[in-house]
This record gives sequence, C-alpha cells and structure tokens, in this order.
Amino acid sequence: MTPQVDFLKKIPYFTGLSSDELAALAGYVFEKRAERGEMVLFEGKPAEAVYFIVSGVVKVFKTSADGKEQILHLARPGDSFNDVPVLPGGVNEASAQSIAPALLYALGKKDLEALLQENPRLALNIIRVLSGKVQQLMALVEDLSFKRVVSRVARILLESAGDGLGQGHRLTQQEIAAMAGTAREIVGRSLKALEEKGLIRVENHRIIITRREALGAVAGGEDLRPRSQTTAGPGE
Amino acid sequence: MKEKPVIKSELCNGCGLCLSVCSCHSLTLVSGVICCSSASGECDWCTLCEAVCPTGAISCPFEIVFSDDP
Repeated sequence: MTPQVDFLKKIPYFTGLSSDELAALAGYVFEKRAERGEMVLFEGKPAEAVYFIVSGVVKVFKTSADGKEQILHLARPGDSFNDVPVLPGGVNEASAQSIAPALLYALGKKDLEALLQENPRLALNIIRVLSGKVQQLMALVEDLSFKRVVSRVARILLESAGDGLGQGHRLTQQEIAAMAGTAREIVGRSLKALEEKGLIRVENHRIIITRREALGAVAGGEDLRPRSQTTAGPGE
Repeated sequence: MKEKPVIKSELCNGCGLCLSVCSCHSLTLVSGVICCSSASGECDWCTLCEAVCPTGAISCPFEIVFSDDP
C-alpha cells in the first residue's frame, strides 16, 4: 500500500472504501506543499479543490471589511477544508494560511464530482463530513450572533484576577472557553476586543485588567460597540 | 525568568504539531515527547502550541491581575 493510500483510508471522507477504490482515488489526488505563513486559499476566489492535511496546520479564517480576522478553525492532520464551496461551484468561503510547514493532498472539483457519481459510499461519507461542518458553523454563528460571550469573558477575568503575588488563578484560553461555554477562538476574539477598548492589556503570560469598573460594566451586559452599531443586530 | 508553556508529558503523543507552529523555537522533541528547550529563545506566549495540540498536553495559562495604574 502506498503512503498516499495509507493516509487516505484513515480520513473520514474515504472511510470504508476498498483498497482498489482507494488506489484509483489516489490517482486523482495531487500534492501541495506550503511554508509557514503561506496563503493556500483566498476568500472570494473560485473554489477549485478540496484539501486534506497530511502534516502541518492550516488556519481557516474570514476577514471583515475593516481587516479583522475571524478564525473559523485550525485544521490539523486528517482534517479537510474548502469542502463546502467546491461542489456547488462557488467561491472560497474563507481564506486558508499555513501556520506551520504543511503537506496537503487536494482533489479537484471535476474529479470529486466524477468520483461521487461512481461511488455512493463516498457520497455518504461526504454528507457526514459536511453535516459535521454545518453543526460546527452553527455553533459558531450562535456564539457570534446571540450570546454575549464577551460579557462572560469579562466576568471570568474579574472573578479570577489576583494581586499579581500569586493570589489569582491562572487560566488558559481553553479553560476560559470552557467556563464561558464557547470556543477557544471566540475567547481569543473577546480578549482582543477588550484589549482594543483599553480595558485589559495582554502582556506575555499576563492579562492585566487596566479599567476594572469599565470591565465590570461589560460583565454586566454593557455593549462594547459604538452606539451606532448596536441597532444593527444582536451580535457581539 | 521568562515563563514557558506547561507540558503534561504523559499526554504527549509526539506528533510535533506544537513544534511546527512555534516561531520562537521554545520547544523541542526529546525521545518522542515535547519539552521546553532551555537553549532556545524566549517564549512569546502566542499560545498557538496550545491551540493545535490534539491531546491537551501543552497549555499556556495566563495570570490574571489588576493593574496598579491609576
């Protein structure tokens, strides 16, 4: 079994396919290498392939009009990305950038369509993968749209703060996310928003609360956004 | 002395993802287990290693403190 087939059989897209099917499939797969920091995909460009990560890490993210970055997920070995826009023939829904030297396998849109028509098992696998992605994105939408995550993060910071002499808790972003009932990426975004407003300062391994009362107001539900933006919707 | 990420070596599966995202070379792989390198540069606490670790073996906790600023 070639290394390529050995990898393909382990990923959810190709679970349960026979050795012959995997070997045929491997003929359609092409390799792409990306250095640390290299852009793999640009949001808005035609979606031409789905990518599978063999090694390395790829950041999948969207960028707002004012340049703010929202990380959708960090794709690790075995994960796929750019699946959603490939089949309907749209554009890349997000950008992708390698944050570590990466080896990727890619499957072109036309080849994927041809393989799908021949193999119902593959179609079922892809439906399962896409269903999982829909669930993941729905959770992200819920966090971004309806929950005041930043308020909960502000409250956690206030409740966990010490005097800098070893009296306070030490928390990872993952732990803050678990306490706030959200994703780690949303915690990172909330911390950045609080820092931009001057309520905290992140210095190396310290989060310094610089405006305790203002942070308390946010914890109590005060909106961080300028008043002109708060009528646009229920988001953060 | 600068802080280093906290590593639970019993959880490390030696995949090396943390090593590959670390831009300040604070980590090293010894006998298949990740550890902080004493000879390397200082950790800039970007927390990417924690974000990519599939087993939760590495963490970058923040100390949360009030400022003395007026």
